[in-house]
Amino acid sequence: MSGASMKQIKTRIKSVESTRQITKAMELVATSKLRRAKQRVENARPYHEVLLGAISGLQAGAAESPTVFAQEREVKKTCYVVIAGDRGLAGGYNANLFRMVKRMTDGTDFCVLPVGKKSLEHFGRLGCELVSTYFGVTGTVGIGDCAQMAKLLCDGFAAEKYDRVIVAYTRFQSMLSQVPVCEPLLPITLRENETRYSGALVEGEAEELISRIVPQYVSGILYSTLCEAAASEHGARRTAMNAANKNAGEIIDNLVLHYNRARQAVITQEITEIVSGAEAL
Amino acid sequence: MSGFRLQIVTPDGSVYDGQAEALRLRTSEGYVSIRAGHADYIAALDIGMVSVTKNGTTRDAACGGGFVSVEKGEVRLVATTFEYADDIDVERAESAKKRAEERLAQAREERDIAIAKAKLSRALNRIDVAEKSG
Repeated sequence: MSGASMKQIKTRIKSVESTRQITKAMELVATSKLRRAKQRVENARPYHEVLLGAISGLQAGAAESPTVFAQEREVKKTCYVVIAGDRGLAGGYNANLFRMVKRMTDGTDFCVLPVGKKSLEHFGRLGCELVSTYFGVTGTVGIGDCAQMAKLLCDGFAAEKYDRVIVAYTRFQSMLSQVPVCEPLLPITLRENETRYSGALVEGEAEELISRIVPQYVSGILYSTLCEAAASEHGARRTAMNAANKNAGEIIDNLVLHYNRARQAVITQEITEIVSGAEAL
Repeated sequence: MSGFRLQIVTPDGSVYDGQAEALRLRTSEGYVSIRAGHADYIAALDIGMVSVTKNGTTRDAACGGGFVSVEKGEVRLVATTFEYADDIDVERAESAKKRAEERLAQAREERDIAIAKAKLSRALNRIDVAEKSG
């Protein structure tokens, strides 16, 4: 009996060890990907800031009447851009984001533009109205795709298919903490007191200019949130895999203890048997 | 010649941040040149060539759209893509051109046609800029 249990423990130790190897490898991969993703976030930052500065100053000088993209209207329907990952095994990365979106959308009329495989699957399963199923893979979405997404959203907004666009993604706060957040994308919020461009020369029609710049602005924001979401995903995966490694180590230590005890028990039993056998002679 | 501060940013990072003497670019209305002391200005850019003059030498670059703003003498060029002529991968542009042409020939929907056209003009612009300065 003890022999069998020893064998069982041995097999379990082996299987836990091989699992640990996998999680270790995944942690390393996530770490190196995280470094690259963070670099991308850093690179996109100046673009983001210049864009933000330009757009908030634009309205004051460029057009007399507020454009359709800056107009607040009664919210009947909201469009959520949900940026999630392509793969699981990243702790609560996807689940937390979906939970937040569910809390926000409960009881309201909404549609979703899913980005990332998990997001597409999740909202497809729920039977939500999907704006587009084209952006299924977060990993390969580039600035070109962001431009397309932005065009889609701006067109839909201008055509009053929805009255608000919100982007839901996971913000990268630190290596250890990533928080799901929602940020309004459209209508764009213009700072009232900014009058930097008043009196500026505008090439062509102001309206036309705005209708060209706004999609670019939206696409730029989308791109930087995407970069950040990617960094968050790798961060979350790294943390999850780190925890998995630790757990595996604990389990192995425990099993080794059991194994040694079982071995000791077998030896003791054998000795007792021999001794009692010798006595019987 | 006096200069002005020029900042060129793309989603992939800041390309240029420093002094320049002249900036020539293609807006939605045509080619424009910006020098020091320009009035406040804002314009959308088309896909086209951008030339940056610094210390008397001019460098050409392919710009994939965006916009330019002049504010208190500081110039900001926000570009979706921006590559100096010597950084352009001509082979890649040629293959992109071929692909775009094929897609354009097959495209039926308006959306697909628009995408293919945009791709084609970006590729053509890159080839153009590379040839002109190469």
